[in-house]
Amino acid sequence: MNRSFSAVNLIALTLGFAFLYIPILLVVIYSFNDSRLVTVWGGFSTKWYASLLGNRQLLDAAWVTVRIAFLSATIATVLGTLAAVALTRFRRFRGRTLFSGLAYAPLVMPEVIMGLSLLLLFVAIGLDRGFWTVTIAHITFTLCYVAVVVQSRLVTFDRSLEEAAMDLGCPPWKTFFVITLPIIAPAVIAGWMLAFTLSLDDLVIASFTTGPGATTLPMRIYSSVRLGVTPEINAVCTLLIGLVSIGVIIASLVQKRSIIERERAERLAAG
Amino acid sequence: MAEKRPNARWFVIALPYLWLAVFFLLPFLIVFKISLSTPTLAQPPYVPSFNSLAEIWEKARQFTIDNYAFLASDSLYYSSYFSSLRIAAISTLLLLLIGYPFAYAMARAPRAIQPMLLMLVILPSWTSFLIRVYAWIGILKPEGLLSAFLIWLGVIDQPLRIMNTETAVFIGIVYAYLPFMVLPLYASLEKLDPTLLEAAADLGCPPWKAFWLITVPLSLPGIIAGSFLVFIPAVGEFVIPDLLGGSDTLMIGKTLWREFFGNRDWPVASAVAVVLLLLLVLPIVVYQHMQARQVEAAR
Repeated sequence: MNRSFSAVNLIALTLGFAFLYIPILLVVIYSFNDSRLVTVWGGFSTKWYASLLGNRQLLDAAWVTVRIAFLSATIATVLGTLAAVALTRFRRFRGRTLFSGLAYAPLVMPEVIMGLSLLLLFVAIGLDRGFWTVTIAHITFTLCYVAVVVQSRLVTFDRSLEEAAMDLGCPPWKTFFVITLPIIAPAVIAGWMLAFTLSLDDLVIASFTTGPGATTLPMRIYSSVRLGVTPEINAVCTLLIGLVSIGVIIASLVQKRSIIERERAERLAAG
Repeated sequence: MAEKRPNARWFVIALPYLWLAVFFLLPFLIVFKISLSTPTLAQPPYVPSFNSLAEIWEKARQFTIDNYAFLASDSLYYSSYFSSLRIAAISTLLLLLIGYPFAYAMARAPRAIQPMLLMLVILPSWTSFLIRVYAWIGILKPEGLLSAFLIWLGVIDQPLRIMNTETAVFIGIVYAYLPFMVLPLYASLEKLDPTLLEAAADLGCPPWKAFWLITVPLSLPGIIAGSFLVFIPAVGEFVIPDLLGGSDTLMIGKTLWREFFGNRDWPVASAVAVVLLLLLVLPIVVYQHMQARQVEAAR
């Protein structure tokens, strides 16, 4: 393949990555701008970060958002992993078609529809809107992403390991926790992280399902963005970008290490 | 695995199934029901359709298709639907035109750096969608960075008018959805056997023709998957047309939002949602069918 990597391909890659990264870089750079004007560079300053620390509303919203994301990602990971196991391991059960439909549809369902329909459900069953309704909504839409990520790992999984364990008399639930789960763990962790960031990021579904006292960070950012671009928002965004980047880098390092360990274990087993 | 133990098996299936049935399927039925009810000025602002089984028949006679008739009578709604479909279709086409060379170049890059390139494509989509859309406001607005840069270069002498136009919406959708187009394209291009192209070249086929006759047909699954993956959510997009499109850009996601939060007309908002869902049912079913087939093939 190396042979055909031409100048055209190099240009396509350069332009593609420039397009993907320049807008984000500009937000980061202008968060350190001393001037309030977006196009005027007034020198380096961290004053917008300092002013964030005094912004009670924003900090409260950030705390609510992180709690919702943590809780919903954790429950969604459990449910999503179960759904993935059900879809890959049980080829035939009543209502399987509907189940797989339900498990994939939220991936492409427009957020406005999901938000509206969940809100109407909460109103119909008389649930007070707030922290818990947003959490339930987030579990529902992130569950499917976890299921897809875990499923892609389960289909490439060597089932003879499970069969060997069960032939040796290991009960199915124990086989799952001792054999299956450790092997699919990287995918489960990746699924959790995806669910966490999706929940952290969501504006539309949260806006529909929230109630008093549960304003999330995206909702705060959205309402101030509507008033215009400000250095404070740039600073909040930079912090979020930094956090997510660190998380993704740590995750990829963990995954890399687990791959290396697995290869070493396989070499030992083979040798 | 748990086949021998019906109890464990039942538990594994029932838990996520029940959750999705209660919080995903049931809400749609409620939306449908409310779209048939009459708006009131109460809290919640609709007439509850029934409280007990005995009331169902009585209430069923109160169901009304007025909300749907209202959608059909007001040009705002059908032009919103039409404009959403048009904007999503054009964006999908633009994404293919931009994403294909990008994915192609990635698949042709040295094997050793491909995982890193893949990671670089995915990384922006891990950062907030809202932030990525917001970033373009600072670039596109008349006193923004793009105009300032082009004026400094001497290309233009008047600030550009991109912000609050459809062009801005296209830019926003292409930017935000690019990874979702590139990843399926890359996945199918990466599997392509290079010896096929070599064989074609040996037989005297010019590269452009080999590309058209071999590469494109073999990457068709990626093209279709990527197109659905961006087209369906783009039709119902709210954040991008709201922040970048201004008041001139009609999109149904925005119309639904305004109906719900602005006018507080829940029945009409529900009817808007039901019609939008009907428009998207076909692409969603096709997409799911492909997804399921792909999983079966990977087995």
